[in-house]
Amino acid sequence: MIRARRAKLRLFRIVTFLLFGAFFIVPIYAMFEFSTRGNGENAPRTLDNWKAIGTYPDMVAGIVNSLELAVITSIASLVVLVPTMVWVRLRLPRLRRVIELISLLPLTIPAIVLVVGFSPMYQWMGNNFSDSILTLSFAYAILVLPYAYRALDAGLAAIDVKTLSEAARSLGAGWPTVIWRVIVPNISSALLNAALLSVALVLGEYTIANNLLYPNLQVSLVSLGRTNAGVSIAVAVASLLFAFALLIAISFVGRPRRMRSEVA
Amino acid sequence: MNWRYQIRGLGVAVATLLVVAACGSSGGGAGACTTAKTATSAAACGGMDSLVAAANAEGKLNVIALPRDWANYGAVLDAFAAKYPSIKITSDNPTGSSQDEVNAVQQLGTSSRAPDVLDIGMSVALANLTLFAPYKVATWGDILDAQKEPTGLWFQDYGGYMSIGYDSSKVPTVTAVSDLLGSAFKGKVALNGDPTKANAALNGVMMASLANGGTVDDISKGVDFFHQLKLKGNFVPVQATTATVKNGTTPVVLDWDYLSATHGTDVPTWKVFVPSNAILLDFYAQAVSKTAPHPAAARLWEEFLYSDAGQNLWLKGLARPVRMAAMQKSGTIDTAAAAALPPANGTPIRLTPDQATAAKAYLASHWAAAIS
Amino acid sequence: MTAAGNPAVTGVGRPMMGGRRLSLTWVGAVPFLAYVGVFLFLPTAIIAVGAFFSESGFTLSNFANLSRSYIVTATINSIILSAVTAVAGAVLGAVLTYAIATGNPKGVVRRIAVSASGVLAQFGGVTLAFAFIATIGQAGFVYLWLAQHNLDIYANGIWLFELRGLELVYLYFQIPLMVLVFLPAVDGIRPQWREATESLGGGSWHYWRYVAGPLLAPAFLGATLLLFANALSAYATAAALVNQGGVILPLQISNAITSEVGLHEPGFAKAQAVVLIAIVAIVTALYGILQRRTARWLT
Repeated sequence: MIRARRAKLRLFRIVTFLLFGAFFIVPIYAMFEFSTRGNGENAPRTLDNWKAIGTYPDMVAGIVNSLELAVITSIASLVVLVPTMVWVRLRLPRLRRVIELISLLPLTIPAIVLVVGFSPMYQWMGNNFSDSILTLSFAYAILVLPYAYRALDAGLAAIDVKTLSEAARSLGAGWPTVIWRVIVPNISSALLNAALLSVALVLGEYTIANNLLYPNLQVSLVSLGRTNAGVSIAVAVASLLFAFALLIAISFVGRPRRMRSEVA
Repeated sequence: MNWRYQIRGLGVAVATLLVVAACGSSGGGAGACTTAKTATSAAACGGMDSLVAAANAEGKLNVIALPRDWANYGAVLDAFAAKYPSIKITSDNPTGSSQDEVNAVQQLGTSSRAPDVLDIGMSVALANLTLFAPYKVATWGDILDAQKEPTGLWFQDYGGYMSIGYDSSKVPTVTAVSDLLGSAFKGKVALNGDPTKANAALNGVMMASLANGGTVDDISKGVDFFHQLKLKGNFVPVQATTATVKNGTTPVVLDWDYLSATHGTDVPTWKVFVPSNAILLDFYAQAVSKTAPHPAAARLWEEFLYSDAGQNLWLKGLARPVRMAAMQKSGTIDTAAAAALPPANGTPIRLTPDQATAAKAYLASHWAAAIS
Repeated sequence: MTAAGNPAVTGVGRPMMGGRRLSLTWVGAVPFLAYVGVFLFLPTAIIAVGAFFSESGFTLSNFANLSRSYIVTATINSIILSAVTAVAGAVLGAVLTYAIATGNPKGVVRRIAVSASGVLAQFGGVTLAFAFIATIGQAGFVYLWLAQHNLDIYANGIWLFELRGLELVYLYFQIPLMVLVFLPAVDGIRPQWREATESLGGGSWHYWRYVAGPLLAPAFLGATLLLFANALSAYATAAALVNQGGVILPLQISNAITSEVGLHEPGFAKAQAVVLIAIVAIVTALYGILQRRTARWLT
């Protein structure tokens, strides 16, 4: 009976991956196909647009800015969220609903409106503190909140936080040790997940950076698109592939997950 | 304690900044203009050389919403950078609308990243006079009175005719606006934006209205025309971009002639048609921000735009610069570029601000229903 | 997991000061609340307060104007669009998540699927719209291929540039988002549960209905709610694809903020944003009630 189930599962997985794979890859292939078109109806295929990407220094600046923001934002959001969520689970369970609603708030307000709320703050920061694009990480850590919260919540729900922390405390550990050396290793996959979400969000964010006039990756990409449609679509596909490669690389960084057999 | 060192370090940094700023502003070169913030002309600032010196001392210029392919702004920016190499230009939000520019000025206030100069549509200009500083460029006299604000708060820069741009290899030649109702145009006609939002789209609907018996005071015929287009399945509600034009999704676009003409680089068979019974002309306007972080550079930019060089660069972008008549008379115009302009035979019509207001009020209540 | 939950030692590590233990436990939440207070509540308050102002000062007209017919239509469209893509995205995403989670935890397929989900969940705006235009637009190669085989999907109008088209395009980032937020929960399923069910004589149906289903239900509902909120406020993709007529609320908001033909009403835009927040608050409350109900059924 188990063998039959295994076979059914296998078939299910193959069909699922084929169907979903097609759905997701076909539009990207369409973009790639467009980016290799020449000028005019019957012009031959060309990689000119792709070769031209390297000739835009603003693009490189945008990429670097976004990468720095991605690192800062993912670390900052985890540092703020993990201790808070552990604490709320253990000591302030009534706050859970509130924090859940709070975490949905950034998602609900369209970015074009949120930027109206952010701009007085950024004006003040620009005049008194720093003008750098890296201050966007304050805003991005908020944008990341819904996704990071969900990922961490699921991770924390899967382990018995109460028992683990009580055990550690009764053995004399202080709270920092409990969080850093007991809880964090057990939710490493959720942490990685949250970090991945942060990185993807930062690399894909456009509206807030644009309205606060900061040149991040997406803003540079769009402004490149005004000059040249083929190159801009080539850059879009390139940035997708780049983010994809980055995320795969990050997936190798996480600690190896528990050596257990697959989910049934 | 770490923070004590940090505060000390911060204090040193602040002191250094103050010293450098003081040195910078006073040592900008012989006779640098120090009153650029309130100067209403280059002469008031001590002459062009002193304005240039002050601008070089500032070293930066923030412009906004200037796409490189819009009226050849790419070449304009490059030419300015070549002429004044010590002024670094930051070009933000190239796809922004006129309102976005004004929003940025308001939101960024006195920040050093706020825009210095604005290139905006007339209705936005007229609604935001309090944000501008009066300034009269050296060639002020060449601009017609109707095209500038008397104290220099805004002054028109370039304009064009509303046109129908189309890919002649995909659709038959367009000789009148009503051709678009034909079956050969099924699923092919697009506007550059939503008329309740974008100036270009509003004028597109107005052109259709004029061509179908409407007047400048009544845009309803244009709305009806697009309703017909939608019923026939000819109208495509997608945002027309260089990508959709090249891809073939929007082979017919109603847009300003100078913007439409740029599609010719992607689509060699692109043609631009201005209907002779509906020649709708509109100009954009320049303004200097009152809270510009680089006031001298801002004014120098305006001087450059209104110099013969700047105006001819716009002409090369197939826009009609505001000093065109004066330059034709004095012979400084780029005749080759002028000859390349899309032909428009007839008297151009211009909307007054009141007519534009009436048009948008009508659109606000009728457009969505017409094209749904 | 419940009866044994009483800690052996209560209030560990904190001296009890006058018996007011509660006030000190709140301290743990302060950093988060302070950060969120400055960077989330403050902007939200600015927006909410701004909704009461227009060019002429304090007014309630922005909220009164919400009854304009096109705003009502846009609100309803937004809710429908978000609900459809949230439910469809959640169901399809859950299927895909299960397919991923049942594979080798360190395998290539999982790495690719998770990384791809991470990238595509944030993929939107002009480029996503164009990707679909290039695929099934009137000049898209899939459409043309289908047309060559006498299957004109646009025989009754080009639905890609209407609400239905938006639903399809939104799924493109809703499904990966579902995978990302639901995967940790599905990973938490232990194979022992399956074995236990089978050793008690239960089949797949029993497993899903009584064991895995109830345990995954809270995470599933929570993820659906997230997808709903995500779709509700999404703007850039719709702006590129359905550029005319402001069919959904974020497009109307954008009109009110960036209109350069004088329909610029920032106060009204903020009032509409408050409507969006209210919708999500209501749906979240419903989700809370639903969660408590299902917990009761399932125990």
